[in-house]
Amino acid sequence: MPVTSPLLADSAWNDAAIKLGNSFGAIAGFLGILLVVFFAAGRATGRLGRPLAIAVFLGPALLLLLVGLVAPLIRTIYLSFRSDDSSRFLGLKNYGWAFTTDTIHQVLLNTLLWLVVAPVAATGLGLVLALLVDRMRWQSLYKSLIFMPMAISLVGASIIWKFVYDTRDSSQAQIGLLSQAAIWLGWHNPPNWILSHPLNNFLLMVVMVWVQTGFAMVVLSAAIKAIPDEVTEAARLDGASGLRLFWYVTVPMIRTTLVVVLTTVMIVTLKAFDIVRTMTGGNFGTQVLANEMYSQSFVQFNVGRGSALAVILFIAVLPLVGYNIVQLRKERATR
Amino acid sequence: MSSQTSDQPALSTARPLPAVKAVRKSFSSPLGSLFVIVVTILWTIPTFGLLATSLRPQQQVAVSGWWNVFSHPDLILSNYHSVLFDGGFGVQGGLMPYLVNSLAITVPATVFPLVLASMAAYALAWVRFRGSDTLFFLIFALQVVPLQMALIPLLQLFSGGAHLGGLTVIPKFDLSGTYVPVWLAHTMFALPLATFLLHNFISQLPRDLMEAAVVDGASHFKIFRSIVLPLCAPALASFAIFQFLWVWNDLLVALTFAGGTPEVAPMTVRLAQLSGSFGGHWEVLTAGAFLSIVIPLLVFFGLQRYFVRGLLAGSVKG
Amino acid sequence: MNIRTSARFRNRLLVAPALLGLSLAAACSNSSGSSSGSAGSAAPLPASCAKYQPYAGHSGTTVTMFASILSPESDSLEKSWAEFSTCTGIKISYEGSNDFESQLPVRVAGGNTPDLAIIPQPGLLGQMVKTGKVVKPPAQTVTNEDQWSPIWKTYGSVNGTFYAAPMSANMKSLVWYSPKAFQAAGYTVPKTWADLKALSDKIAAAGTNGSRPWCGGIGSGTATGWPATDWLEEVVLGGQGSQVYDDWVSHKVKFSDPPIIQSMQTVAGWMQNPAWVNGGIGDVKSIATTTFQDAGAPVLTGKCWMLQQASFYEAQWPKTAKVGPDGDVFAFQLPPVNPALPVPVEGGGEFLAAFSSRPEVQAVQNYLSTADWATSRVKVAPGWVSANHGVDQSLYTDPIDQLSAKALTDTSVAFRFDASDMMPAAVGSGEEWKAFTAWFAEGESIPKVAADVDSAWPQ
Repeated sequence: MPVTSPLLADSAWNDAAIKLGNSFGAIAGFLGILLVVFFAAGRATGRLGRPLAIAVFLGPALLLLLVGLVAPLIRTIYLSFRSDDSSRFLGLKNYGWAFTTDTIHQVLLNTLLWLVVAPVAATGLGLVLALLVDRMRWQSLYKSLIFMPMAISLVGASIIWKFVYDTRDSSQAQIGLLSQAAIWLGWHNPPNWILSHPLNNFLLMVVMVWVQTGFAMVVLSAAIKAIPDEVTEAARLDGASGLRLFWYVTVPMIRTTLVVVLTTVMIVTLKAFDIVRTMTGGNFGTQVLANEMYSQSFVQFNVGRGSALAVILFIAVLPLVGYNIVQLRKERATR
Repeated sequence: MSSQTSDQPALSTARPLPAVKAVRKSFSSPLGSLFVIVVTILWTIPTFGLLATSLRPQQQVAVSGWWNVFSHPDLILSNYHSVLFDGGFGVQGGLMPYLVNSLAITVPATVFPLVLASMAAYALAWVRFRGSDTLFFLIFALQVVPLQMALIPLLQLFSGGAHLGGLTVIPKFDLSGTYVPVWLAHTMFALPLATFLLHNFISQLPRDLMEAAVVDGASHFKIFRSIVLPLCAPALASFAIFQFLWVWNDLLVALTFAGGTPEVAPMTVRLAQLSGSFGGHWEVLTAGAFLSIVIPLLVFFGLQRYFVRGLLAGSVKG
Repeated sequence: MNIRTSARFRNRLLVAPALLGLSLAAACSNSSGSSSGSAGSAAPLPASCAKYQPYAGHSGTTVTMFASILSPESDSLEKSWAEFSTCTGIKISYEGSNDFESQLPVRVAGGNTPDLAIIPQPGLLGQMVKTGKVVKPPAQTVTNEDQWSPIWKTYGSVNGTFYAAPMSANMKSLVWYSPKAFQAAGYTVPKTWADLKALSDKIAAAGTNGSRPWCGGIGSGTATGWPATDWLEEVVLGGQGSQVYDDWVSHKVKFSDPPIIQSMQTVAGWMQNPAWVNGGIGDVKSIATTTFQDAGAPVLTGKCWMLQQASFYEAQWPKTAKVGPDGDVFAFQLPPVNPALPVPVEGGGEFLAAFSSRPEVQAVQNYLSTADWATSRVKVAPGWVSANHGVDQSLYTDPIDQLSAKALTDTSVAFRFDASDMMPAAVGSGEEWKAFTAWFAEGESIPKVAADVDSAWPQ
């Protein structure tokens, strides 16, 4: 940070030192305790050894998951059957509301669209880039630049892109790059992008693709590099051309990685509400489930409906999780 | 684009190429390189626009596009000055305390889940027990719990302890005004994905190596420390980058568990306050946003070489 | 609306420096010699602090406060009670957040409540009271509150019980214009709705290089739509009268009932009139994508002539623009749609709610409800108005503050609080915003918009 000391009081530096000291002290303490526990538990032998190891290795993570995720999940399911302030039992009324309201239909449709388009586009583009970039000079430069959006928060990214999509009347100077580019290309009266339904949904997805492509590229590039040469050599000697080789050998070899990348991006996509929240506030037919849930629970104080949407979100992702589990099972079986 | 390269015979060269290279070669026509360059430029333009905007005076930001900096370079640093040094009533150092908070929050919130998840992943992969697969899948499924739904129950826990009937399960700790609730919350939310990714890597470690260690009489703790951790350093580094970026860029968790005081609030909270409602003060917001991506970029470049070995490289080595 | 009253505050956070605050508190407790005992028996404060004697006896305590007000406005707030803190030794630890409206309920539900919260919406106050965590104000605060017009007490009350004393007030029924441009073009400020329409038509007919009579923007991040609800509220209050307005707030009159439908048609003839809007920005639809902060900029370039926005919009004009009756920008009061009705004054305000009954919290509550504190705040900086009748009107230095203070304390006008702020959150900060945004952006029909909003009303 370009902060020079004369501009800051000594107390600010002291303060910083204390805070960072506390923070690193906490890490040291945490690792220290673990070491002691490891040492003590490592002494245990015989029949006690294995259960003890399982308890020590798994215990802390399970406890935190139970408190931080499982308990809230159960609470959310419970609340989804209750009224706006949780005082009355409503049965399935909140779910009925979600599936019979027009605006929520639109929300579910948009969410589905996001779930399919954004992850596939990000992963596909990432894969192509991963294949192309490794042969180029200065590949790390390209990789870093494409990865860079990942370092920007989704809110920050939305702000950047809001600038890109800004549209002014044709009599004014444009400040949005997309409109200006359209004008440069000879389209003199570009539409108000963010209002153009259903195009606006895809424009918002572009932001997500922009952020996630770098992730997909970096991970897939590593996976491709790790394919043992001898595995594909035979196929190549059979006369398979580059593209066929890619389709029938490379892709299957990195399938696990592809599925993991796709799943990760999908889950990020489903949960991300920042982009829609920042760019359109869910207006103009761009609302998605995660943002509607947030708005119902924390802006309109209808905890019951918000919880029902959360449960729907959860259930929507379950097939994805199921698919992953099946894949992993298969892989386990072959090992 | 690949269709134009598909007819290029991979076997035309006399010297046998390794197969992967053949794949790459078919993708590496000049057109392919052009494609990468175009994508890279497209990917960089918005961020460059952010940088350019952050250097322009307020009046110009509202009336003309940032690309006008090329024809009318009129750049100022005052936006950065106001972000960095303008405090409020009695706040010293502008962004400085928040930057420190961000670091103090992010580093432990990266280390804790990393260590706990690698321990859990090891146990699930190598200390197999009845139900360990099911448990692993359950943890994986927890990824989809929307964290917004966990905010209120966790806050209740941190501020009032946990009670079951009349019994106090977890006593009340006075943690407000410290980083502890934020660390804990981030650790909890990160565990499912971390466990899943690290499990993928750890379960692929060579079986012979593990078995040899067991034969030598090493305990699980010894194996974990001296074999597993060193071998999965690349995976740990890769995940560390993601977790670091996630925590660094998080607003919701920090706002809920740390609040907005300079004692504990990170940069994102401060930037949200700076920007006001979105729409006003673009110039200050852009300067702040640009500052906030500097450190994550440094972290990425610092740990970048681990990416070469890869987050999931192990999963395809079999 | 959450953002509308707080938008002007959203700038920069200021939080009291712990070190400075503590040292002040320490210095104070030393000088006063005593730091314990109840207010009645507290040791006397030094002469310079004599007026804070009623609040003495809590030296060394801290009161936390949470609000949506950000720096620089929050700096002014903290300065206004700095002397109080120094003399009494009560440190007020202030935190501002632009996610206040969603953070406060989360923190209250999570048990991490602040001692005091400055709530700008009666609807949100009602939600908080429902949790049972809000504490009734002490007797002194209730007495102090009588300095405000009686109607304010009802806005700080939930189901007839008074919970939160008003701190500040703002005026929404204003139309911003450029006195210089009006003078150059020979236009005069309209006094009646008919004048306003005639002037608009005249400007529209004369419109050169795309200039239009009105501009507007309803974009406001997650609160997009609120300025449109204000337009309807102005038209209902000035066209149907305060009784219909009150019944509308309590849902006795529905959105789809004739008075409101008729008012919506009036709004459509005004802010959705393609010949009248959206000066310097675009067509009618562009109102939906323009942020309310950016909407007024064309007034300064002559592309737009009038903008309906609240008094707090003053903060959005560039510092170079002179605000005043003969300056670059100024505002006139929106005339009533129905000339037989009194001038409508729609306003907003902020209320101080307590979540703790500790004596030092009550001391702060008492102090902040006095005309003395309001005067102290007025002296610190412009851009802030109290409807407290005990505040000397001559203290206001800013022309817009003067205008607002006069209107807000005028007993002959029909003053009403922002309707959407008082409606249940599902409507007032949910469906009404959404449906009105669709009304402007997608040209949704008026009956459909009204039906959508009505259907969101909690049963």
